[in-house]
Amino acid sequence: MKQKFNVITSTCVPLQLENVDTDQIIPARFLKATTREESFFGDNLFRDWRYNTDGTPNPDFVLNDPTYSGCILVAGKNFGSGSSREHAAWAIAGYGFRVVISSFFADIHKNNELNNFVLPVVVSEPFLAELFASIAKDPKTEVEVDLPHQTVTNKATGKSEHFDINGYKKHCLMNGLDDIDFLVQNQKKTELWEQQNK
Amino acid sequence: MNTLFDKIWDQHVVQQVEDGPTQLYIDRLYCHEVTSPQAFDGMRARGLKCFRPEKIYCMPDHNTPTHDQDKPIEDPVSKTQVDTLAKNAKEFGLTHYGMMSKDNGIIHVVGPEKGLSLPGMTIVCGDSHTSTHGAMGAVAFGIGTSEVEMVMASQCILQQKPKSMRITVNGTLGKGVTAKDVALYLMAQLTTSGATGYFVEYSGDVVKALSMEGRLTLCNLSIEMGARGGFVAPDETTFNYIKGREFAPKGEDWDKAVAYWKTLKSGDDAVFDKELVFDAADIEPRITYGTNPGMGIGITEAIPEEGGVGFEKALGYMGFEAGQKLLGTKVDYVFLGACTNGRIEDFRAFASIAKGRKKADDVVAWLVPGSWAVDKQIREEGLDKVLEAAGFEIRQPGCSACLAMNDDKIPAGKLSVSTSNRNFEGRQGPGARTILASPLVAAAAAVTGVITDPRTLL
Repeated sequence: MKQKFNVITSTCVPLQLENVDTDQIIPARFLKATTREESFFGDNLFRDWRYNTDGTPNPDFVLNDPTYSGCILVAGKNFGSGSSREHAAWAIAGYGFRVVISSFFADIHKNNELNNFVLPVVVSEPFLAELFASIAKDPKTEVEVDLPHQTVTNKATGKSEHFDINGYKKHCLMNGLDDIDFLVQNQKKTELWEQQNK
Repeated sequence: MNTLFDKIWDQHVVQQVEDGPTQLYIDRLYCHEVTSPQAFDGMRARGLKCFRPEKIYCMPDHNTPTHDQDKPIEDPVSKTQVDTLAKNAKEFGLTHYGMMSKDNGIIHVVGPEKGLSLPGMTIVCGDSHTSTHGAMGAVAFGIGTSEVEMVMASQCILQQKPKSMRITVNGTLGKGVTAKDVALYLMAQLTTSGATGYFVEYSGDVVKALSMEGRLTLCNLSIEMGARGGFVAPDETTFNYIKGREFAPKGEDWDKAVAYWKTLKSGDDAVFDKELVFDAADIEPRITYGTNPGMGIGITEAIPEEGGVGFEKALGYMGFEAGQKLLGTKVDYVFLGACTNGRIEDFRAFASIAKGRKKADDVVAWLVPGSWAVDKQIREEGLDKVLEAAGFEIRQPGCSACLAMNDDKIPAGKLSVSTSNRNFEGRQGPGARTILASPLVAAAAAVTGVITDPRTLL
């Protein structure tokens, strides 16, 4: 949590599936925890794809393939659809991912990642397709995510893209600040609004 | 511009953060036991009190068993989570409707039925189906736990303003076609990401003719097209529904409120970022065949011959084949309930097919009212007698088998016809296979034991 963000260069874990919903990222039966232990959620990230019903690791799932490692998850479009559970973002952060790259994110999950200092990076479909191809060809392919300059670079091909993030959130991520700090500091403005909208 | 969404959103803007999101004032925060404990912990860690505790309502619904609610919850982890909400509500001075209280039920059923969700409001909850409350003519959307903490701490949230979309459904719904079928049809047309980034206003003859229960079902499912929220402009149907409810304005306040609510509509010159128009004649009773709510067909149609990425994986999970028709497929479980279809009208619909028939012997049916108020009305209308005569039992309120956080889990491999909102892999229990459908389709499956077109039984 609140790990300041700047430039990250890492190998990637490719999850070449579309419409990955938050029920898959963390199934509902793991939402009963009343604390925020990220290691618990991280251990159960993609639980039902990652483990067989008898609890043994599923060797066909990418997180169990030692070929792939790194703190960047690369996923197909519409990542994080469905339930608003922030536990999905806690699981991603708890596993050790700091960046998720996809061509499209579901709204609520995208906010949840940002609020947990995991950076969702939206890239074009061709960039994503090429990145999956680069990783397939060489699992040691590195990607550089440069938040200050808002660029993402596939080091295997040298291709680079700009990604969007608003200036406020970028400042928060780079300085370890969160929205609650901001909102509490702005309570006078909230009270003024209440006065004007009775 | 000049859409109803703009009007409600803009009125609630406290400030526009420079090169950043909007600070939006929130009129109502609902908390359930699953997505709130870490927010309360965060408040304690920061030494904060709730800024406007009177605007926050709490109730457990996800973990509550649907039987023996007067006894302690057997699962100790579920019990702890439910107890934690009660303790937190007390500590922070918030209204809490505990299990077995006559006020308890699924948060998205209770809010509207108590008059806590009203036209023109901004409403949030740590739950994606908060979009349900949009049926009241409100801007309502689901949020994460960090955002729940934001609202507790400041009664505000930081959000980028979504784009606006209008979906118009013209014509008249045919026999046996319900709001659920309209929503399932829209999801299949738009896919599960087709409305991501948008707030949807539903309009057209079909929407205007829907009851409040139908509108609540339609708005509930907005998130399944990716939309953050969906709403219906308030009209006489809305006002008639609200009038007299516990927290509805009374007397002079009522007249003032209605006068204001009547102004809540998109201007004739409103410009939406996207407009889509559909015809009711194209919609028949619907079912899903895959592992996201957008993978759906008309009940008489066949599964498509081919689909996009994930199509084969989904069919593999469901045990279906491309090109297969599902009519006549054997069903193991039927679930009536959830914030999608756990209201009185849904029980009336189910009972209309169950009446004079018998539950199929090899089907397990779980009928779960959305709240104790719904349960009461079921009994007042005598629907309990009709259902019991047909071999059905009415359980106690809660989210139940929609996401199986309590004991109501569909066993691995079993096929369920469910009136809930998601058919994701494992949603109703690890390995469970879910077909989403309306209460009429669910009832038809329950009495015949197979996927059946309800129009043949009406």
